[in-house]
Amino acid sequence: MSYLTGVVLVTALVTYLVRMLPIVFFKHELTSKWVKAFMYYIPYAVLGAMTFPAILYSTRSMISASAGLIAAIILAYWNKGLLTTALGAAGAVYIAEYFIL
Amino acid sequence: MKLTFFSGLCDGIPICLGYIVVSMSFGMLAVAQNIPISIAIALSMTNMTSAGQFAAVNLAGTFASYAEIGVATLVINIRYALMSLVLSQKIEKMPFFKRMIIAFGITDEIFTLASTRSEKVNFRYMSGLIVTPYIGWAMGTTLGATINSLLPKAIAAAMGITLYGMFIAIVMPAAKEEKAVLITLIIAMFLSCVFRYAPYLSQLSSGWAVIIVTLVTAALAATMVQIKEKNA
Repeated sequence: MSYLTGVVLVTALVTYLVRMLPIVFFKHELTSKWVKAFMYYIPYAVLGAMTFPAILYSTRSMISASAGLIAAIILAYWNKGLLTTALGAAGAVYIAEYFIL
Repeated sequence: MKLTFFSGLCDGIPICLGYIVVSMSFGMLAVAQNIPISIAIALSMTNMTSAGQFAAVNLAGTFASYAEIGVATLVINIRYALMSLVLSQKIEKMPFFKRMIIAFGITDEIFTLASTRSEKVNFRYMSGLIVTPYIGWAMGTTLGATINSLLPKAIAAAMGITLYGMFIAIVMPAAKEEKAVLITLIIAMFLSCVFRYAPYLSQLSSGWAVIIVTLVTAALAATMVQIKEKNA
């Protein structure tokens, strides 16, 4: 088995177990209001934490990344959807880097 | 509205389109790290995780040990365990094997869409919701890995931001609608900056930082909402 095949197996196994164990083995109905609210806010907390400030380091310069960030916020605010927002951000980065690099 | 396999497929289309773009940038990165196209596609089809795969490819490019790659994958993806737990409350009663199938498709985007629905979701809907993005993720990887050499460097570099653009598109509708969600996002981003820049804290890996920030933020949000309800 090659090294890279092993990488595929290790990452696939770890990722699947993390996803599978809770949903398969946790069967109680949670009733606590606090716990329900807690779970409700988790997706937003995760995405907020993963996006910022990481987005500022996702391109070749922080200036172009900021341009992409602003473009993404505007497009998302206008409800442009996943695809347009993602591509629009990339477009803004491209234009910004064209001028500054 | 009835939740069918077909309505799941349709709801998955926007995620699918976003995934094509993001997985293209993954395919490009993989080839740039001298990873064969077949391995890049295999990673996408067995992992279907954005941040985790990006990290795995970067580590594999430096011939990191399996242990290191395994732990990095665990830390970055442990947030799926939280989502899996939340989904366990959100799905209708279903047998063991169906839960095992749905589990494979828990991603940030699919989870957010499923968990922010007002009603409980069934197996058919979830499978539809997973299939379309899965196809997009695999196709985009193939495309990105293939055309990497054809694209000008500047375009390939600009694609790196697409993952975050997609994240922003996902949270924005709820942030506009609900003040509590907006506040949650602001707290999460603030704490995430603290973990990135503060001395000592910044030594923590980003995977752990995401988990801690998520738990603290969601706990704060839940507590604030409860206090507000009591006073109202």
